[in-house]
Amino acid sequence: MRVSIASGKGGTGKTTVSAALASIWTEAVGTPVVAVDCDVEEPNLHLFLRPLITDTHIANIEIPVIDVERCTRCGSCREICQFAAITILGDTPMVFDEMCHGCGACAAICPFGAIGAGARELGRIEEGAAGAITFLNGRLRVGEAMSPALIRAVLARLEALLVEREAEPAPDVICDAPPGVSCPAGAAVSRSDAIVLVTEPTPFGIHDFRLAVDAFSPLGKPMAVVINRSGLPADELEGICREASLPILARIPDDRAVAEAYARGRLLPEVSPAYRELTLKLAKDVASFVPEVRHA
Amino acid sequence: MREIIILSGKGGAGKTSFTAAFAALAKKKVVCDLDVDAPDLHILLDPSDEAREPFISGNLAVIDQDVCDGCGICKETCRFDAVIAGPDGKCRIEESRCEGCKACVVLCPRQAIAFPPRTCGFSAVASTRFGPLVHARLDPGAENSGRLVMLLKQKARKLAEMEGLDLILCDGAPGIACPVISALSGASLAVLVTEPTPSGSHDLKRVADLCAHFKLPAGVIINKADLNPDEAARIEDYCTRNGLALLGHLPHHPDVTRAMVARKTLPEYGGPLADDIRRLWDATIALADTSAKGK
Repeated sequence: MRVSIASGKGGTGKTTVSAALASIWTEAVGTPVVAVDCDVEEPNLHLFLRPLITDTHIANIEIPVIDVERCTRCGSCREICQFAAITILGDTPMVFDEMCHGCGACAAICPFGAIGAGARELGRIEEGAAGAITFLNGRLRVGEAMSPALIRAVLARLEALLVEREAEPAPDVICDAPPGVSCPAGAAVSRSDAIVLVTEPTPFGIHDFRLAVDAFSPLGKPMAVVINRSGLPADELEGICREASLPILARIPDDRAVAEAYARGRLLPEVSPAYRELTLKLAKDVASFVPEVRHA
Repeated sequence: MREIIILSGKGGAGKTSFTAAFAALAKKKVVCDLDVDAPDLHILLDPSDEAREPFISGNLAVIDQDVCDGCGICKETCRFDAVIAGPDGKCRIEESRCEGCKACVVLCPRQAIAFPPRTCGFSAVASTRFGPLVHARLDPGAENSGRLVMLLKQKARKLAEMEGLDLILCDGAPGIACPVISALSGASLAVLVTEPTPSGSHDLKRVADLCAHFKLPAGVIINKADLNPDEAARIEDYCTRNGLALLGHLPHHPDVTRAMVARKTLPEYGGPLADDIRRLWDATIALADTSAKGK
């Protein structure tokens, strides 16, 4: 089973919920767990789970390399490129690496076979373990714009990792998704079995929650809600949930103790026995609301 | 012309609350919400008299099912897994994954793939109680947020020129990729809002590196500073060592949420934070002016 923890807005508590669930999952649900941080622009899950990273791979995107001997300066590559990544300056064909989306259109249409494959570093994929939790994240290179490509690479690595573990009991996956509802978030949640939306009862939270419900509903995946900073009037939020038939699995109180624990890098179940109970119950509820799907 | 952009790396650090508060204090400015994925500034600024325009950018591949013979070349070509083969072998495009690269369009042997322009959302110029607001909304799942950010900045600059305003105040997006990089271009100062939490300082460093990468001067505001005074002190130290001006800090105070729930900016809401906000704004404007002179 694969669950994405998402939200329209940043700062609502996605990482708090992801880290809390991962830390308690095996105890609550009885299966091993893989925690994946798909927020490659601002990966934060490691700050709370504190994994020991044992493996780092560089993730590349394929970019064109033009063989100037074979190139006749016909300009077809420049013409096809929708991202203005290729030009011919005087007699010199030039590739602007940072603009390239790695689509391969230029190489596919070059009539002279003059375009080969080079690489640009998107970022790094890190793997390790935090106690019994298997940990995986991506870290976008600063200055790199193509975060969805790195998210896809992280998810591809996750697939490989799950295949490697085939002999063992199948782990569940908790994926901390990036904020927002645009390409990075879509790339992250599109391959999960269920989505847990974390929101808060403030005007910003409610506004972005509506966007998230609209954006993710068409995926047709089961969705549920965790209300964070609960305590303010939440009628509007509850109304949206009722209308969209989204179960509310937990309410995390707006409590300075939680904010301070978070500020010190501590996990929700560590705040107090009551919060430990709340997290255990949430993990069980998440596990039971997702229809049983196992990845072969 | 000064162009100040509020960033944080991390979501929820308080970017929009600060931008709105500064909008209430700044004179002769255009306010611009560059967080096109999840714009929230309009919630506090309550815009009216909007002039909306559809945002058309890039193209989208569309396969004509009547012409497609299911050869699968498009599926092999697509690097974004946007082509899905149906049970009859015929292919269709999963819109949300299409990057608009045109590779499938030119390689289709049956010319079955059209490439119409794509409407990705809207952009708008509106009036608010603090003057003009330029903002936008990207459709959920849509691409090209960087281009929409550039469009908003162009609109804001044109408007500022026409109305004789000398400041553009921008609310940026979280993260460090495409929309944020677009937002930085042409800016004169970045204000980095952070909080003394592991995520706050981690993300501050990444966004500060990004500003350094583009040689943009930056100042730092520590929000919720009293949640973890030790970490706040470490952030101050990081700023000193890395040539980042420390603009000041704000405590973790329920008034920030209360003001938001009342849909007011902090200076309008009043209370103990109003004076702090004014001091932070004075420090920001002073830094923008010194950075401009230094250039």
